[in-house]
Amino acid sequence: MSQAEVKRVRYKMGKLERKNTLVAYSFLAPNFIGFAIFTLVPVICAIALSLFEWNGGDISKLKFVGLDNYATIFATKKVAEKGLGYFFNRADLGIALKNTVFYTVITVPLTIICALALALLLNKIKGAVFFRTVFFFPYVSSMVAICVCWSFMLMKDGPVNQLIMALGINFNKGWTADSTMAIWSIILVSVWRNMGYYMVLYLAALQGIPRELMEAATVDGASKWQQLLHVTLPQLKPTTFFVSVMMVISCFKIYDVVAIMTDGGPGRATKMLVTYIYDEAFIKVRYGQASAISMVLLVIVLAVTIIQFSSEKKFSND
Amino acid sequence: METAVHGKEIRKDNPVLRKIGRVIIWVLLIALAAFTLIPFVWMISSSLKLDREVFAFPMRWIPETFHWENYSLIWEKVPLLTYFKNTAFIAIVVTILQTLTSSFAAYAFAKLNFRGRDVLFLCYIGTIAVPWQAYMLPQFIMMRSMGLYDTLWAMVVLQAFSAFGVFLMRQFYRSIPTELCEAARLDGLSEYGIWARIMLPLSKAAIATLVIFTFVNTWNDYMGPMIYLTRDINKTVQVGLRRFIQENSSDYHLIMAASLCSLLPVSIVFLCLQRYFIEGIATSGLKG
Repeated sequence: MSQAEVKRVRYKMGKLERKNTLVAYSFLAPNFIGFAIFTLVPVICAIALSLFEWNGGDISKLKFVGLDNYATIFATKKVAEKGLGYFFNRADLGIALKNTVFYTVITVPLTIICALALALLLNKIKGAVFFRTVFFFPYVSSMVAICVCWSFMLMKDGPVNQLIMALGINFNKGWTADSTMAIWSIILVSVWRNMGYYMVLYLAALQGIPRELMEAATVDGASKWQQLLHVTLPQLKPTTFFVSVMMVISCFKIYDVVAIMTDGGPGRATKMLVTYIYDEAFIKVRYGQASAISMVLLVIVLAVTIIQFSSEKKFSND
Repeated sequence: METAVHGKEIRKDNPVLRKIGRVIIWVLLIALAAFTLIPFVWMISSSLKLDREVFAFPMRWIPETFHWENYSLIWEKVPLLTYFKNTAFIAIVVTILQTLTSSFAAYAFAKLNFRGRDVLFLCYIGTIAVPWQAYMLPQFIMMRSMGLYDTLWAMVVLQAFSAFGVFLMRQFYRSIPTELCEAARLDGLSEYGIWARIMLPLSKAAIATLVIFTFVNTWNDYMGPMIYLTRDINKTVQVGLRRFIQENSSDYHLIMAASLCSLLPVSIVFLCLQRYFIEGIATSGLKG
């Protein structure tokens, strides 16, 4: 090939590449433009906004305050004075964090146990499709309807308390109005609603366990119980890990159930991170502080995600 | 050999035990199914009662007389039809936009080579990990300055371009052999032609999953409409129902009737397409 020819081919290829890139961008553009404007820009702005003070209104009122918003939400002055106890018992953020963590710590294992139990019961049984549909149903039904239904059922004279009384336990308070029971009613609804969803994930994982493993265990004389403990459960470890990470993240984002059933109350008994963000942003209109709390949520969720990525190898079956 | 015989012996000598096991499984399953369904049954039962009967003691599962008129009453008391129309509008537009644009973008990510692909994709992946609640405020401020506050279009643009759809479709497209695209290219098909005539028809299952997911999520969305939609004519079923509940908090029977109506559309979609829905989750395994 002569110099000129090489040049020509190169030119042609360059042109082709440019053309390809253009075509690729034309595929991306419709989604990317929307995505960039409505997601990417706000994400970047969220970080910036946490360093400003602004209560809506004219943009000229935007005032740079550095880390002041963080100092406020972490109540640094009072904490320096009265110790860390102040943060967790008095400061809004401390209480919201405490409630959210409590909710997460209880909800995640409970949901996993229920989902796993359902999946194990349903695995290889006639009529599984029917039951699968039943258990999954709460997950697709609208939040407002089911939360209202549950909060009625948990009322002072509601069917749940009637049942409890019939069992001989004397409890006649409305669950959502009681400061200790309120969070439990939220946990109850969450578990009830989500167990079917995670059951589906477990069912898929159970189907993926190689038959030979089960057969080998049976041949070796393992009882059903031993099979479950020594073959099935270890095989489900990656799914359990994945499910718990997903669930921890979604637990930290809880809002709907709380907003509908208790609205963060009574008092601050069910105030969660996102309810706190909502209040600061849309009710008290303190944009800077709301953004600072958002960053706390962001850091927690990202930390969980990073843990997931870094330990994925450890938990994967190989 | 010995162990094999041993195993057979164990299996042989417990048909009774196995039968008992079966019974226990069924009892557990039925009990759990009851626990799952009871709120819905209670909802139906209460929606057919008078308000003072709802919390009567002892509780009756089947109302003394069926008050079907509750269901005609709510249509007069709540502008349910407007809510339904608004929600349907949002859900349908979002679903169409989301499916089209994300399968389009996913094709570029999965099958085309171009400069900046990995960086762009990283942007998409990165924002999946960022909770919406962390950036909803700047988004809200931006939308308001664009004049989208309290419009249905706010809800549309909020959900139509999610990174999740692109991710889901890309994963699926990657499982389609690249040779197929190359062969089509040699036959003179343009990239748009390949997308329309090869990728789209092959990705029906993935699209079905995405469509159902988007539709159900949009229909049931609560926080978004709660923040953006204030006028009654713009409200979705979820926030409209919530408003009705707050204003008529002791009309238990009517609230239950309205709640039941709000459940119906998605329930029908789910029951018809549940196979796609559940298999979609099982294979893509995402989104909580």
